[in-house]
Amino acid sequence: MTRAVRLWLAVGWAGALVLPWYAIDGSFWDFAWLAKYPGDATAPLLLQVLAHGRWWLLPVPLALLAATAALALGRDDARLARLLVGTGVAGLLLMLAEGAAIDHRGWSWAWLQALAGTSGPKQSGMGYGALVLSLAFVMLACQGLAARGWCRGDAFTVGAIALVVALVGVFVFFPVLEILFSAVKDNDGRFAPAEFVQKFFDRSVWGLDCLHSSLRCGVAWNTLFLAVVVGAGSTLIGLAFALIATRTDFPFKGLLKVMSVLPIITPPFVIGLAMILLFGRSGLVTGLLYDWFAVPRSRWIYGLQGVAIAQLLAFSPIAFLVLIGVVQGVSPSLEEASQTLRAKGWTTFNTVTLPLIRPGLANAFLLGFVESMADFGNPLVLAGNYEVLATKIFFAVVGASHDQGRAAVLAIILLAFTLGAFYAQHAWLGRKSYTTVTGKGDAGLAVPLPRGLRRLCYAVAGPFALLTAVTYATILIASFWNTVGRDYSLTLQHYVTGFSVEWGARGLHFTGSAWDSFWTTIQIAAVSAPLTAAIGLMTAYLLTRQKFAGQRAFEFGTMLSFAIPGTVIGVSYILAFNVPPIELTGTGVILVICFVFRNMPVGVRSGIAALSQIDKSLDEASLTLGARTFATVRRVVLPLLRPAMVSALVYSFVRAMTAVSAVIFLVTAQYNMATAYIVGRVEAGEYGLAIAYSNVLIAVMLGAILLIQLAVGERRLGRRQPQAVLAVQAGG
Amino acid sequence: MRKMVLLAAIGLVALAAPANAQGSKELVVYCSVLNEWCTLMVQEFEKKTGVKVTMTQKGSGETVTQLRAEAANPRADIFYGGVGDQHMEAAEAGLTVEYRSPMLAELHPWARRQAEQSGHRSVGIYAGALGFVWNSELLAKKKLDEPKCWADLLKPAYKDEIQMSNPSSSGTAYVTLATIIQIMGEEPAFAYLKKLHANINQYTRSGPAPVRNAARGETTIGINFLHDGVAEAAAGFPLKVAGPCEGTGYEIGSMSIVKGGKNPENARAWYDWALTAEIQNKAKTVKSFQVPSNMKASAPEQMPKLDQIKLIDYDFARYGSGVERKRIITRWEKEVGSLPK
Repeated sequence: MTRAVRLWLAVGWAGALVLPWYAIDGSFWDFAWLAKYPGDATAPLLLQVLAHGRWWLLPVPLALLAATAALALGRDDARLARLLVGTGVAGLLLMLAEGAAIDHRGWSWAWLQALAGTSGPKQSGMGYGALVLSLAFVMLACQGLAARGWCRGDAFTVGAIALVVALVGVFVFFPVLEILFSAVKDNDGRFAPAEFVQKFFDRSVWGLDCLHSSLRCGVAWNTLFLAVVVGAGSTLIGLAFALIATRTDFPFKGLLKVMSVLPIITPPFVIGLAMILLFGRSGLVTGLLYDWFAVPRSRWIYGLQGVAIAQLLAFSPIAFLVLIGVVQGVSPSLEEASQTLRAKGWTTFNTVTLPLIRPGLANAFLLGFVESMADFGNPLVLAGNYEVLATKIFFAVVGASHDQGRAAVLAIILLAFTLGAFYAQHAWLGRKSYTTVTGKGDAGLAVPLPRGLRRLCYAVAGPFALLTAVTYATILIASFWNTVGRDYSLTLQHYVTGFSVEWGARGLHFTGSAWDSFWTTIQIAAVSAPLTAAIGLMTAYLLTRQKFAGQRAFEFGTMLSFAIPGTVIGVSYILAFNVPPIELTGTGVILVICFVFRNMPVGVRSGIAALSQIDKSLDEASLTLGARTFATVRRVVLPLLRPAMVSALVYSFVRAMTAVSAVIFLVTAQYNMATAYIVGRVEAGEYGLAIAYSNVLIAVMLGAILLIQLAVGERRLGRRQPQAVLAVQAGG
Repeated sequence: MRKMVLLAAIGLVALAAPANAQGSKELVVYCSVLNEWCTLMVQEFEKKTGVKVTMTQKGSGETVTQLRAEAANPRADIFYGGVGDQHMEAAEAGLTVEYRSPMLAELHPWARRQAEQSGHRSVGIYAGALGFVWNSELLAKKKLDEPKCWADLLKPAYKDEIQMSNPSSSGTAYVTLATIIQIMGEEPAFAYLKKLHANINQYTRSGPAPVRNAARGETTIGINFLHDGVAEAAAGFPLKVAGPCEGTGYEIGSMSIVKGGKNPENARAWYDWALTAEIQNKAKTVKSFQVPSNMKASAPEQMPKLDQIKLIDYDFARYGSGVERKRIITRWEKEVGSLPK
């Protein structure tokens, strides 16, 4: 223990003595601040106290000093552990208190101002020194807790849990609570619970008029209905594709994968736009139907049907990504056992395969359900007069009435639905075991699908594939049309406007109007994807493999940011991170953090689904052989988690490139995102440029996915290869 | 994996460059007109003054939301463009500061009135009249008459052919409600809106959507600001526009200085400069056909002249106030928006 404690103490002192305590304006690589170091703005913690009169910081280094003294003096391990926990927690609390009490304008709280009689001292947001020191405090406390026997005394596990809890606390709970409190306030910020009740039980939310009259139902029911339809539909379609990809001799599996991945890498609005170009009143398909079969032109696409179709196109691939890993993981020997016992193909599938992929089905449904609820782009374009919560919340915030309280109330309803789905999923899965990947030799061969089921799969997947193909053909071609919807002559103009490159005197010049946002988007997506995957999988590991108090609450907390609509997250991030102690608005970091914590649940879900199939005895074997938890994770668990890693990486990269509603409030001129640019083009009616830009993004994301798959590699399970069977048959 | 995370961490640090707003050579603009116009303004201002302008383009509703959220530590200096109501609301909420530009004397009376009614926390930079925009090809194909008056819109022949934006989300739609109320009186206005409901195929969420949809044949008629229709017609769509015979309301696109902005001097320089005829004349070169607020600036030829459209005496003080707006929108949602189709 002492070695690790010394290390963290050293880190803590580095944060207190060397690194600048406060955040510094300007880029990290711009070392201009070194010239002014250690000035008023750039001085480290101790100098701030001694030279710059920031006396309120003094208790913080004292806590670190106490921890150091404990190590130097204490021989008694139990006492040292207690002291470490005490000083670590005290240090954090002290930092929290001084950060919350004093901001850039002086005392933050009115009673402090009244007490002191002045506006008080000022300080800016916390910087690298504060970051490093708080990390050291957390880790010191964890070392202490581990020494006191938490998590079987494993410091790595305690540290990992504390780190994830701290991060989720700061970047999920803190901003979300900030905005949820506005649900019980009126527009002037006064406490008004009566208004909450009135907004919550409003007829426009819960009305059931559509059941017995021609009036419309409440927006809550609309959203719920749509989400159930999309969740169930996408799971079904995803399962059909997963079965075709793993259990049939379908010849074009590669194509299948690419095609089912396409919709997720499509920026929002674009599928909606394509649907309108195809099925709108003046759409291409509508026109053909009118010319050939005299089907009257109508606006049927605007409403529940249109949104449901667009969302199925968009979210079924997620279900596919979740399910393919799970279906692959089902142990063939169980199925072979069933067949040896003379069960028919259908019976085997029904009683062995299907129950074993239940965690996958539940996770796929949950993701589809939650995605549909949080989806903003498709309802915006296609919902017509069918109201859903996500758009309603957006317009409660930015619309003509600027009612943040109402947005918060609707967000609470949305959250409640997600929470409900989460618990329903737990109840359905129960405490059964789904373990299929064990350390035992498992050389079975996957059973081919029964014929009826295979036909059913093709019947589901076929039309979906056709629709996807047609949609994407439209998106591709539409970017070359002169004026979308009017002048169908072909041109390259849209690509030139966005992405022209000139060879100037000083080399290459990116003169197109889209380049700025393009590079920013790539950079931010590339940075956030591995962080998301890492923190997501680590969380999944902690949730499935470790036992600690408050595990359920923790699991729900990680789902929180995913369930809350992007608009609400965006606004809450500004509310929480625009002022000290954590001042992040206007930087690229806030975008990265937003994406990491918004997309982390995907890493968690796919990690949990994959981990629940991997027998715990594999970990235990490694631990028994003397490997530490960290080594076990790295050398046993991670290699088996490769499919989950791929889906987490791919998904978070893609989401960072295609998210709209959350980033609309976080982008700045310096850090503009591609989607915000595209939305601007759509608003200006420049559909051609919007679609052309989307195509470029699609191409980039396809490339990135291939790269990720190459970099991470396939999971190698001890399954026989079908080729081997062929050889045996030929030989026999 | 570990390497990737490490690389990502390094990248994250590289991104930790906040938009630096210190120093007097900078200006942060939140811009709520079309992107081309915003970019033009930024380039011209940088050329003229050498000040580095950081511009973010968003809808006016989003901008006000952002200003509210950032009120404790404002990031912007100027809020440029967008319907006057939003600027009125920002003024009411104390998000913007009072400033009397020396350019006020050169402005049209309606632009000055916006300044007076907001307590000089805002000023008009352009005006756009509300009216009808229709797809002339579709209209001819369906053998329908061109709409001339508000009353025409109730004709049964127009059933499911008209689109307007949704008052609960769009500032344009609110101007429409306020206009009809001011022409007819509140009770008859709501009776009218209930009848109109039968002919509306969709209440779109964003303001300009009916024009986009009319241009592409998804609807026949849209109720919109005329300049949006003119811009789409200039892009080659078969659109025609007209002001209603009973008279119509209008928006005053406005500009305000953000309270607590970091570069107040540059903000005032922008403010004065944005009101000059010279720069206002350039808006039409980037397909923005609003009527400029400087009397010396010329209105675009493509646009129906404001004096040929019967404009009502729009009561911005009353209908711009937050309380009245909320009351009218809530009433519309209860009595009209929830009606069966």
